[in-house]
Order: sequence, then structure tokens, then C-alpha cells
Amino acid sequence: MTSALLDSLRKGNRLALSRVLSQVENGTEAGLTALDELFLETGTAQKIGITGPPGSGKSTLVNALARELRQRQPDKKVAIIAVDPSSPFTGGALLGDRVRMLDLQDDKQIFIRSMASRGALGGLAEQTEALSQVFDAAGYGFILIETVGAGQSEVDVVNLAHTTIVVDTPGTGDDIQSIKAGILEIADILVVNKADRPGADQSVTHLRNMVEMGYARSINNGKHHLEDFQENSEHKTTSAHWVPPILKTVACEFTGIQELTDAILTHAAHLRQSGQWHAKDQAAIRANIRHQLIAGLLSDFNQNVPVEMIDSLIEQAQKRAISPNEAVRVLLTYNRNNSLESSE
Amino acid sequence: MTEKKIRVLIAKPGLDGHDRGAKVVARALRDDGMEVIYTGLRQTPEMIAEAALQEDVDVVGLSILSGAHNALVPQVIADLRANGQTDVVLFLGGIIPEDDIQTLLEQGVYKIYGPGTDTREVCKDIREAVKSKA
Repeated sequence: MTSALLDSLRKGNRLALSRVLSQVENGTEAGLTALDELFLETGTAQKIGITGPPGSGKSTLVNALARELRQRQPDKKVAIIAVDPSSPFTGGALLGDRVRMLDLQDDKQIFIRSMASRGALGGLAEQTEALSQVFDAAGYGFILIETVGAGQSEVDVVNLAHTTIVVDTPGTGDDIQSIKAGILEIADILVVNKADRPGADQSVTHLRNMVEMGYARSINNGKHHLEDFQENSEHKTTSAHWVPPILKTVACEFTGIQELTDAILTHAAHLRQSGQWHAKDQAAIRANIRHQLIAGLLSDFNQNVPVEMIDSLIEQAQKRAISPNEAVRVLLTYNRNNSLESSE
Repeated sequence: MTEKKIRVLIAKPGLDGHDRGAKVVARALRDDGMEVIYTGLRQTPEMIAEAALQEDVDVVGLSILSGAHNALVPQVIADLRANGQTDVVLFLGGIIPEDDIQTLLEQGVYKIYGPGTDTREVCKDIREAVKSKA
């Protein structure tokens, strides 16, 4: 079924696209095969991450942005991946981001896909990157990725987006909040949404102070904050020159959206000129492989090592007969020996 | 690898603004472990079919309290089919007169639920319908 489905996807059939997205999201055999093929056709889309606390207006902002991007560049299709959390208890999810995106329903060049996080903790779902690759291969020029409502450390989106927008609202904290490590550090563009509310200018000031401190530091050290997240050495030398703009928006009234769109397009141009577009792409692939490798190793481990053995070692540690450290060493040794035997 | 989740679109076609029932059902399905996409009020049949297509849902649930079900439901079914989604399970909740129920079922509605329905019944029906489809 896969090759016929992929052919229709390439011809722009949206039902085929939707079906492939499901296969990939569910990690089926067909989905994995499709992705192997489609990945080779990726690399052209601009991926834009939108993150921020719950209720800060991410979905409404995405709605406004998608419309503006379509007007500016009518030849480019826009994909939206909107991630909402799954219940840790039932595994169910209520995906409500479409409610804020009703302005986009008439435009067939916009494709909105809701995703449940399915237990992943970094603000995205396990397969969000894979879905973005499908959209990329299907010829979507802009891919907007909206994270779950993020707190301080759900920063996975930075590993896959070219441009990361962090959305905040007035009155969410003092200047100490804004110099803490975490989510604010990953921003290429900072947005104070709901800027018609009191305290917007103060929020902008806090953020500006933070950005300026960071910028001064990066000049002094010749370093940039992103290197904490990305191990690619190319990235370090080229990333110091973009200072995140701080923009005020009222997304539900489309106020400030022009300026935000300008910033996104300028950032893309900056990335291309400075060579960072390529560097980010390379870093994303590296991070993706490492991530999948860890997941794969864990799954191998679970296959190689009997649950009873794990439980018994846990029990011994609980009785303080051995240390947790030793339990882990025993398990890893068993796993290594066992996988060697099975491959011989 | 991953367990296949049932994906359900809950939508309110037409002009009545009473979405409490839709939200209660959406919540119940969520608590039953399904992934529920909620699209909000005042959707046209075309918008609903479009959302169902983009989300590749297994099930569409419509909530109608306006009395316009005889106009809206066949149109949703027609739009879903026109998009190629012939295997979607469609269920309906709301105030539907006895006389209309049989006609709607014949047109392709899977089940119709009135006020006072136990949401566990809805969850069970949906699981069975999706299972028998696969």
C-alpha cells in the first residue's frame, strides 16, 4: 500500500498525506518505510517552533501567523503541528488547538494536524519531528510546530526548529524569572502576547534586560546559549550574531503579526546568510539519530534482560544488600553478554 | 510499537450554542483513553469534513440541539465521502425526535444518543465500532 500512498501524497492528495501522518505517528511498519523514503526528499521547509506557558496564546498566534505567512508568500503551503498533552493516567487526550484556528479552515493550502504528546516530556510528542519531515517532503514551505503548554524546561523544540518563538504574557514573573535558565534561553524571537493587558511594557523591559545580558556575555565569551543544547561544533562559531527581538502582539486582534512575520522571515534570511541554516539542519539530524538510538537501545535492553532479573536486583538494592549503582552495572553487563550471544 | 489510539473528532455543526453536551462527551472519551479533537461551535459540514480529513480520525461525533439535524447530518456524510473518508464511524448526540432517528440511521449514522445517555455506553459502542472496522 505504501508506494501508491506516497505517490498520491507527492501529487498533493491530502487524504494520502493524512494517512501517512497517522502511520508515521503510530510507528507502524508502513510508516517507517514511508519515512525512510520521504526523509530523502526533505530539507526545504522552514520549521518554526512556538512555545510558551499554557494559556499564553500560542494557538491564537499560530492562527494569525499562518494567515499572514500565506498572504506574504502565497506559493508556499503552511503546515501546523499542534501538540497537546496526553493524560498520564488514561493515555487519552483532548486536543483543542483547532478551536483557535478557525480562520484557517477555508484555505486548502493550510494543513492542521493535532498531536497528543503520548507521554513524552520535552514539550513535543515522540513523533513530532517525523511528522514535520512528512510535511517537508509533501512540499509544505512553512511548518509551524506548537508545543504543549511549556513550563521552564520543555525545550525539545529547539532541536528541530530553525526559528524558535517563545510566547509570554504580561505579569508572569519578575526579572529573576527572566534570568533563570531554560525556556527563555532558546528563543530566537520573544513575544509578549496579550500586550493590551497591564504590565506589557514591564515584561518587555525584563526580557530586554535578559537578552542584553546574554548578548554581552556571548560577545565576551565568543559563545552562545544554544551550544548547551546542541553538540554540533559548527554551530558554536556561527551563532553569536542574532539578537532575539522582543515583540508585542495581541494575537486575537492580529496586532503585531506583521512585525512578527517580518522577524521570522528576517531570521530565516539571517540563518541562510550566516551558514546556520545548514548547521541547524545538521545538528537536528544528529540530535534525531542520538535520540532514536537511545530509544532503540532501551528497547533492546528490555528485550534482552528478563523483567525478573531487574526486579530481583531492585529488591536487593531496596534491602540495601547492594547499591543501585551495582545493580545497574550487573544489568548492563548481562545485557552486553546476552546481545553478544544472540548475534553470534 | 505504539498502541493504536482511537482518534475522535467532536464537532458542533449549525448555529445552536449549547456545547456542554459535546464537552461532556469529549471529556468522557478522553478519560476512556481516546484522543479527542474538539473543534468548537458553529461548524459547517464542510469544515467538519475538512477537520476529519486533516486529523485522519476514526470517528466523528456530532452534537446538534437546533433541530437542523435532517439538513446537517446528510451533508456531513456526503462531505466525508466526497473526501474519500468512507470508513469513518459517525455518531450523533442531541435532541433528535423519534421519527427522524430511523431515517438518519439508514443514511449512515452509527448510533444516536439522547439526553441522559451513560457516557460509558458511548465509549463502549465506539470501541466496538472501531474494532469491527479494522
